[in-house]
Amino acid sequence: MSEHGLSIMEHVARATPEAVARRVRGLSDRAIQWLFISPTILLLLAINIFPLVWTIRLSFTNYRANRPNARLLEIGIANYVSVLTDPDVWAAMQSTAHFLFWTIFLQTSIGFGLAWLVDRRFRGHGFWTTVILIPMMLSPAVVGNFWTFLYQPQIGLWNYALQFLTGIPASSFSMIGSVKLAPWSIIIVDTWMWTPYVMLICLAGLRSIPDYIYEAAEVDRASKWRQFWTITLPMALPFIMLAVLFRGIENFKMFDMVNLLTNGGPGSTTELASITLKREAFEKWRTGYSSAFAIILFVTVFGLANIYVKVLNRVKNR
Amino acid sequence: MEKLLARVSALAVAAVLAFAPSAQAQSKQLTLCWAAWDPANALVELSKDFTAKTGIGMKFEFVPWTSFADRFLNELNSKGKLCDLLIGDSQWIGGAAENGHYVKLNEFFDKNGIKMSDFMPATVLGYSEWPKGTPNYWALPAMGDAVGWTYRKDWFERPEIKAEFKKKTGHELAPPKTYDQLKEIAQFFQGRTIDGKKVYGAYIYTERGSEGITMGVTNVLYDWGFEYEDPKHPYKMRGFVNSPDAVKGLEFYKSLYDCCTAPGMTNAYMQEGLDAFKSGQVAMQMNFFAFWPGLYKDPNVGGDKIGFFANPAEKKHFTQLGGQGISVVSYSPNRDGALQYIKWFATPEVQKRWWALGGYSCHKAVLNDPGFPKSAPFAQGFLTSMGIVKDFWAEPSYAQLLLAMQKRVHDYVVAGKGTAQEALDALVSDWEKVFKDDGKM
Repeated sequence: MSEHGLSIMEHVARATPEAVARRVRGLSDRAIQWLFISPTILLLLAINIFPLVWTIRLSFTNYRANRPNARLLEIGIANYVSVLTDPDVWAAMQSTAHFLFWTIFLQTSIGFGLAWLVDRRFRGHGFWTTVILIPMMLSPAVVGNFWTFLYQPQIGLWNYALQFLTGIPASSFSMIGSVKLAPWSIIIVDTWMWTPYVMLICLAGLRSIPDYIYEAAEVDRASKWRQFWTITLPMALPFIMLAVLFRGIENFKMFDMVNLLTNGGPGSTTELASITLKREAFEKWRTGYSSAFAIILFVTVFGLANIYVKVLNRVKNR
Repeated sequence: MEKLLARVSALAVAAVLAFAPSAQAQSKQLTLCWAAWDPANALVELSKDFTAKTGIGMKFEFVPWTSFADRFLNELNSKGKLCDLLIGDSQWIGGAAENGHYVKLNEFFDKNGIKMSDFMPATVLGYSEWPKGTPNYWALPAMGDAVGWTYRKDWFERPEIKAEFKKKTGHELAPPKTYDQLKEIAQFFQGRTIDGKKVYGAYIYTERGSEGITMGVTNVLYDWGFEYEDPKHPYKMRGFVNSPDAVKGLEFYKSLYDCCTAPGMTNAYMQEGLDAFKSGQVAMQMNFFAFWPGLYKDPNVGGDKIGFFANPAEKKHFTQLGGQGISVVSYSPNRDGALQYIKWFATPEVQKRWWALGGYSCHKAVLNDPGFPKSAPFAQGFLTSMGIVKDFWAEPSYAQLLLAMQKRVHDYVVAGKGTAQEALDALVSDWEKVFKDDGKM
């Protein structure tokens, strides 16, 4: 209720011009609901559903966007068969899996550790929390570009830091040019950038645990270690799992940062699935093939995310 | 008062009538699309003459090379009206012609007395014709270009360096004529300290994303005997693309990359080469001739410090064609104005000024002029190169063919995966698949 004892709806009703009010008065509640939500539904249909349906349709054809005059042939599931039997696609999926596993593992471990430390509320923790959050506020394009310089063997700070720590000459190795190091170079950058995000979610989880549970544990003389394993971790687990879900989905479709940092190279060492997809769709112009590839990736992410959400719900309801 | 009003109105009408034609002309504007690089600045300067002569304003859309193909091929495929004139890459000609993106210029050339015989044959073949070798013209040769080399003339001329090189190799230190000589010189400079700075032997293309490594490796492959197809049987590639000589050529490029390039040059193309040379990091640089006027003017490494040479030979002598033709985009609403620009650009006077400003003319009136070889320190190298150029596929499926080569070559040369034979065998299979899909095999 607002001032003069009128509800907001009553204010709106009074402010509505008589002519409009008369017209609206003739509509049912259901019709008004539709009136309000239809623009959003139309927008969703236009920018989400229609492209999806159109992509599914194209995936069963030989369509190429750069050959508008060529005859369009219905080729059934041939594109899907080609994608699933293409060794380059499987190589890209392997690179993606490697990237996904290590980024999620490192970001979750470090992110949770940082959240646990920040949650101690030590002196200046607010300042350090802000400092830690800076990387995730940067644009992936900027991050990709400046890490290219940091990794530069002759002038890059990364190599000089390693030389200082290990004694290995800075110009004797190239993080983004070596087949062995390049996959780790993208994992390091992604971890640097997105660990703060995981930390924030974990911090929310840690701060949602009521103090009285710890007080009860203290009364029961539970050790800190036991408190961590029986209170902190189980109660923060849904939050950690949520962070894993978000990072998993994001990194499965990782493109911008890796494209700028390594361009998929050296060779195809860091060519993630999304980079392969972009090359097929907008460089080779195999629109039908890339549509099938996109649908396969979509179904994979959607399916895995659904299974994961079910597990997450089970953990929450425990 | 009425009289005054009438006089003012009459004056206003007269003024409008007097300025109307020029205002109308000025309101016309053409958009020319090209890559963002040195010659584009020269073209902006040159085009001011066109505006002065015709009253048609010029607007420019220049895009960096790394996104040049993405940007403008998307524009063409979406039938965009952004570009009235497009200076597109030579390899686009097949796709642009077959998909109706470019206006066919034969009739226009005939009507306006523009003869393709006035231009260097290699440039007409490379930039204008589709199908290749037939008199069907889709562009006017605009910017002749090829891959060449620069070297640090001042280093090569230092007595102590010359003496040490002679002592070490038994040869005089001079611009190389063959790739074996080039490698020998590169090895000599690799890791050497000059003026207190560590320097490296050679800069070569290694870029993965667009066309870089292909534009580099082909210079070596051609010289070793690589052919795209059997000259007698089009699209028969087995035994030509992956011939024993081609394999040796690819092995050589890798050995040059391994022995004599600066650390971290794993994804480097034109700009990285210029940076490496300008910063005094390398003794020799592979790059396109288009950059030589700018480099020659560079206060640190230009003038007396820089020398130029054409791509070295080996068993054969070729170089990779660069450069572009200028085309009228079919979807342009200003087709007449765009054709007027082509007509103006084709005149010998404009072509001479184009060269003077830093563009590489393909017109015989410029290149066959007796004074041309001495008109710039790189002019002779350019002339030599334009006589030995060879180009990548210009098929409508060129992008697929190019990306396959980028992948196979980069995997072998930079990532060190497999052997040269395996890389070229895989490349043949990739290319055969593309041509089979296109119904050409």
